[in-house]
This record gives sequence, C-alpha cells and structure tokens, in this order.
Amino acid sequence: MPHLSFRDSMQLAAHRRQCPQYRLDPIQQRLPRSCQLHLSPRSHQQIHPQRRLQLGDLTAQRRLGHRQRLRRPTKMQLAGHLAKVNEVPQLKRILILTRHHRHPNKYFPCMQLPATIGPLDMSPAATATLAHVDNANFRPNLDISMAKSLFEKVWESHTVRKLANGQTQLLIGTHLIHEVTSPQAFGMLRDLKLKVLMPHRTFATVDHIVPTDQFAEPYADPLAQAMMDALRKNCAEFGVTFFDRASGKQGVVHIVGPEQGITQPGTTIACGDSHTSTHGAFGAIAFGIGTTQIRDVLATQTMAIGPLKVRRINVNGKLRPGVYAKDVILHIIRTLGVNGGTGYAYEYGGEVFDRMTMEERMTVCNMSIEGGARVGYVNPDETTFAYLKDRPYSPKGAAWDAAVAGWKAVASDPGCHYDNVVDFRAEDIPPTVTWGINPAQAIAVGENIPDPAKATSVDEKASIEEALAYMKFKANAPIKGTKIDVAFLGSCTNGRLSDFQEVAKYIKGKRVAPGVKALAVPGSQIVALQCAKLGIDQVFRDAGFEWREAGCSMCLAMNPDKLVGDQISASSSNRNFKGRQGSPTGRTLLMSPLMVAAAAIAGSVADAREVFAVAK
Amino acid sequence: MALAKITQVSGRGVPVLGNDIDTDRIIPARFMKCVSFDGLGEFVFFDVRKNADGSPKEHPLNEARYQGASILISGANFGCGSSREHAPQAIQKYGFRAIIAENYAEIFFGNSTTLGIPCVSASREDIQKLVAAVQSNPQTEIVVDVAAKEVRFAGQKIPVTIRDSARDALINGRWDAIGELLEGIPVVKTFTAKLPYLSA
Repeated sequence: MPHLSFRDSMQLAAHRRQCPQYRLDPIQQRLPRSCQLHLSPRSHQQIHPQRRLQLGDLTAQRRLGHRQRLRRPTKMQLAGHLAKVNEVPQLKRILILTRHHRHPNKYFPCMQLPATIGPLDMSPAATATLAHVDNANFRPNLDISMAKSLFEKVWESHTVRKLANGQTQLLIGTHLIHEVTSPQAFGMLRDLKLKVLMPHRTFATVDHIVPTDQFAEPYADPLAQAMMDALRKNCAEFGVTFFDRASGKQGVVHIVGPEQGITQPGTTIACGDSHTSTHGAFGAIAFGIGTTQIRDVLATQTMAIGPLKVRRINVNGKLRPGVYAKDVILHIIRTLGVNGGTGYAYEYGGEVFDRMTMEERMTVCNMSIEGGARVGYVNPDETTFAYLKDRPYSPKGAAWDAAVAGWKAVASDPGCHYDNVVDFRAEDIPPTVTWGINPAQAIAVGENIPDPAKATSVDEKASIEEALAYMKFKANAPIKGTKIDVAFLGSCTNGRLSDFQEVAKYIKGKRVAPGVKALAVPGSQIVALQCAKLGIDQVFRDAGFEWREAGCSMCLAMNPDKLVGDQISASSSNRNFKGRQGSPTGRTLLMSPLMVAAAAIAGSVADAREVFAVAK
Repeated sequence: MALAKITQVSGRGVPVLGNDIDTDRIIPARFMKCVSFDGLGEFVFFDVRKNADGSPKEHPLNEARYQGASILISGANFGCGSSREHAPQAIQKYGFRAIIAENYAEIFFGNSTTLGIPCVSASREDIQKLVAAVQSNPQTEIVVDVAAKEVRFAGQKIPVTIRDSARDALINGRWDAIGELLEGIPVVKTFTAKLPYLSA
C-alpha cells in the first residue's frame, strides 16, 4: 500500500477544506435525541454495513443477504483488486486519498464492495465517471465501488451530456403538465417555432383551477375558464394526451400519474409543480420545475440541472396506532427543518417504509419539498410492482417481466454511498400538527405551542414570534382545543382512496360539529368513483361533510374553495404558508386525514386517538 | 440566441427582511390565474403590501424612499415552497435585476437564474452591513459583481457566493439553456433504444 507523502497529505487537507461533504451540516446541531444523525466530518465515507447492522437497520440486513453479511474480502481478493487499481492512475489516486481516512477497514477503503457486490467494473462507463475525479463534485471512494444509489443510477442512465456551465443535460422521460404553469411555456414554444419533441411522453390534466362544486362549463370565473381553454387548445395543437374532466380520469396531477401507471420506477419525471416529488414513491426521480424549464422539456425532453447529494432517511420500528404517513413526514420536516434538505435528494427507507402502501409512500415523498429536498424517493419493491400491475400505462406481457427486472436492478445497492444518513425511530413519532406558518413549525398534538423566550437562536425566536403574530396564538398554550372553522380533506398529499377509507372507518355515526365547514375532496375522478363504489362518499355526507368533485380545492385556493378572513382550517394538505388557503389572513393547521376528521367532529383540534377511541 | 452577458448589476437596494419567505408570499396563488406573465409585477408581495381593502400596509416596497430600487435584499431560504416561476417573474417585472440573500430554495434559484436574475448569497453579518447602509441612505448605489463574486456599496466590499454553474451561465450569456439543449436533441433521440419506457 502506498504511503501518503507530506505533499500528498497537504493536498488532501486542502481538498478537504474545499469539499462541502466534509463540513458539519448545520442541521446536526438542531437534532433532538430521538433522531441520531450518522454524520461525521468525514461523511464522504460510506456507511459500513456492519455499523449499519449494529444500528439495527434490518432492511439493510435483509438486502445484504446472509452470504454477503459482514463478510470482509480475503487478502487474495484484495490483492486482486489492488492489482487492478494500480493499473488505473485515477483509481490509485483515489485509493491514496481514501486510505488516509481511517476507514473501518485499514486495507481497503471500500472493502465491503468488491468482495460482496462483485468484481471491480472497468467498463467504459466506470472510467468515464473517473474522468471527473478532479472536478468539484469529487467523491473519493464512490466510483470505484460501483455500488450506487438509485439516484445515481437514474441520473447516469438519463444523462445526455455535460453542458458548458458544468450542469447536466438530463433526459426527462415523463413530463406531466397542468393548466397553471404550462400556458406560458406553450406560448414560448410558439414564439420559438418549436414543437413538442415527445408528445407521447407528455401528459396533461387540469386540477388547480377546477371548481369542485361545478362540472358544467363555462365556469363562473372567466380566468379559470380561460386557463382550461388554453390547456385544451395547447394539448390538441401539440398532440399531448389530456386527461380532461370528460375523460373520467382527471384529477390532481400527482394522483393521476401513478393511478394511470405513467409513474414508473427508474424513470425521470418533471412537472411544473413542486409536489412532483410525490412520484418518487415509485423509485422515480421526479423534479418540480418552473415554466421556462417546462418549455425546455417540451421542446427537448431534457433540462439543465446540477447534481444533488443523497440523504438516506431511515425510519425503523413500528408506528403507533393513530400515527400515519403524514405524521412521519411532518416529524421529519420538523426535525430537519424547512431548508434541511437543500441540495439533497431524500431516499426514504427502513422498516416503516418497507411496510407502507404506495399511497402512504406518496404522502411522504409528496412533502419532501417542504423540507427543502428537491427530490424524495423510496426504492421500488414488490409493493411497487403490485401497485403498477395492470394499470393502463404499465407494461404488459413480456414487457412487464423485463420492466420488473429493470426496476429491481435500479434500487440502491447495499453499501452504496450516501452523503448523509439520518435515523428515526417510528415509536417516537406522534400524531403531529403544525401551529405556525411553515411546515416545520409542528408539534405533537399533546404539546404546547412554543415559547419564543425558550428559542435556541435569534432566528428561531424571530420565526416563532412572526408565526404567533400571524396565527394569533399564544405561546405555551395547548394546540389541542384550538377552535377550527374549516376541515379540508383532500390534496395531492392526502386525497387518495386509502385516506378516505381510513377516515370513513371512524366517522360512521358521527357528525361534524355545528359551525364547521367540512370538505372532502377526492384527488381524482377515479378516487371519487372508487369511493362511490364502496359507499364511502355517503359515509362522509352522512357525517356532514360536503363531498366534492376532484381537484386541488382548498390546498391552494386557485378555485372557489377558500378560507374567509382569519378562519382556521384543519387541513390534510401540505402548506401552511401565510395566505395559502385563499385568504390573506387565513390560518392553516396541517395534520393527517384522521386528525382532520377528529377536528371536524370535535370542532377544535383534537387527538384522533381519543375522539375515535383508537388504542394508543 | 444571443443572451446578455450578466457580469454585474447595479442599482439601489431595498431590504425585504426575514427568513423562509415563500413563493406564495412573493406572489399569492390567486394572481396566477393568467395565461401570460405580463402584469405580474404589480402583485409582487401583494398580501404583505396591501390590506384587504387595497390600502397600503407598512412594507419596504411601499416606502417612497425605496421606489426605483432594483436590488432585493433578504434573509435565509428565500423563495421556498411552490415551484411557480410566477415568483421570479413577478420580481423581475416589478423591476428587480438581482437578489442578495443568505441563501435560496433550490427551485427558486434555478428559475431565477434561467430568467437572468443573479441570486447571490452573502453572510448574515455582511447583509446586515449592507442593510444598514441602505437604510441610512436609500440612494446607496450597490454593485452586484457576479464575475468577481462581490457586492460593492458605499466604499465597502462584501464577498458573495453563487453556484459556479449559475455564475458561468450568467457571465457567459447562456443563462437560458434552450439553445444548448436543442443542440443535444440528436443524442436524446438515441435514448429511445436504451430506455424502453420512452417508446411506450
């Protein structure tokens, strides 16, 4: 093994100072005890499988399989790998750099990989990535390992080329569009005299502006009608499939894509909507984009984008009764902060995610962006394949088998590099409610509203004070018992069949409290149809909910469903920003669907486990 | 397509302070009911600038001394939330040419860069210095030097950061990527063979 010369070690030190992965993440300082953050100043290192197992990650244990588990390479194997390494100058350099970092195995920096995953791959693809070792995104022991995260695999398989400014021209296999952010993009296409490059990979629906109490057109709001007309015209002119209201398949774009089987593992997806991260539940890399980028994707089926780091978020253990996927993501955001995910893709895993249904995984991935992460995903597994089987756009016959094989291969490899790993224990996650003006301002339903006097930083104090002033709440008061005016059940976060099914189980025979306006808005026409077949719509009507047509409804109030004045809404949606639900002074409390139902019935924020006698 | 090379932007500044200013606040959703971006400028920060009856609230953008400012100064995580390009469009159409903040939400940063609005990041202390200078003299001329990665004002100079790819795109006049992306189309077409789902 080569020794590190003084000059090399100085270079290494200089490199470490430049390399952002080496710096301690500021979020580490804010973490409560319930969450362990495995981040060291040398966080470029892969998490050693053995260490992972000690931490009780049973998922990793299962994935590794008993033969691979904890096995170190033999000296003979190491010698073989080292011989190969010495033939490649770049590899040699990586070895020199990484050896110095006191890796658990002193002989080989990525010991867990060559022996357990397979031989060193010297394919052109591997050497191509090695060519970038000198650039700013240099990751010391990543490329020789060949163990890759799903993010890296999808990124590589969709990379068209490097652009002059260092960004990647990334192929976007699936483009979803809706009426709010696309009309200007089509306008730009016309100005540039361009066509849609792959109209068969572009799918449209209408969701934000549709009135949920009116099906017939023209809509009362001429601006809404104009947007509807523009989308219809653009889709017809450019040959794009449009799931219009008359099709029976319309709905919130992030519900329609999965429902139709358009959302598939290992693909790239873009949509002019930040909640596009939802599609990551299938192991797709799904980006929310702006209108100019929509134009780019329409015209070239690609976009310019820089790489992301990957943070693995493990939730192990078992969620307590009455705790849902929504609580999981609210808890994660509360812990990591609204900008904790900036620069990252979130990979969710662990026992809780392994057990989750696709609809639950979608709820979590949906809100990745609320934690600042551009992308969130779950590795595809049998649950994913079972969901996709026989959907309208899913592959059929032999193509299905080939697709499943490909989807299995795209999941993150055991021992792959993560820039950062965060662990949560499922048992620590309570039913969670937001009390402030961003989704991280959340507490357990039994907790009191925070006191700015107890804030740990100037920033936190200022943000608590701003939120208290807007929400007209008092510090230290319990959130439980806060009177609500509106209950909203729906949105791309929680507007799927299982959300309504779960609530329907509990609200039978109960009534919405007098004075509370309760809306149940299915996320798509298909969800509405399924609910109707199961009689769920009637359960909601009987309980005093208004059962509406599919759409975004009160999540963002670009339609007639709006808060009035400073009304308080218990909402299953994703954002509690100032004015989000349509009134500049309206107030939003985010929570799980069952908690929304509990609030509707109690007339105030309540613990669903108490209202519905769920065994704690 | 020849785009302007944005190496530096100069003008007067206005501090719109606070952290986590989201895009719903920058442009409330109800103003997105439009099929073009024209006229969005007048609705920027609408709900924090105006009362329900349309009368002005206390807000820096309503202060006479800051009228005509073209550089927006703010706090951390600016532009979080919705991906709506309406937010940077409204900021640009109001007359802003550059933003100085502690840091930005990803999508907002990308959207702004694509419109040729440099979003530079400075430390909190430096932003406080800048804000103090602007508040004591709103006529202070600020130079956001993208090429040199610094902001100059009133004889002072503060270092700023900006992602290399964005800096390169701005100073070399390729902040709108469409030209380059179109050149890649022949390569894109070869992907149909590699990725079966593209043919579906």
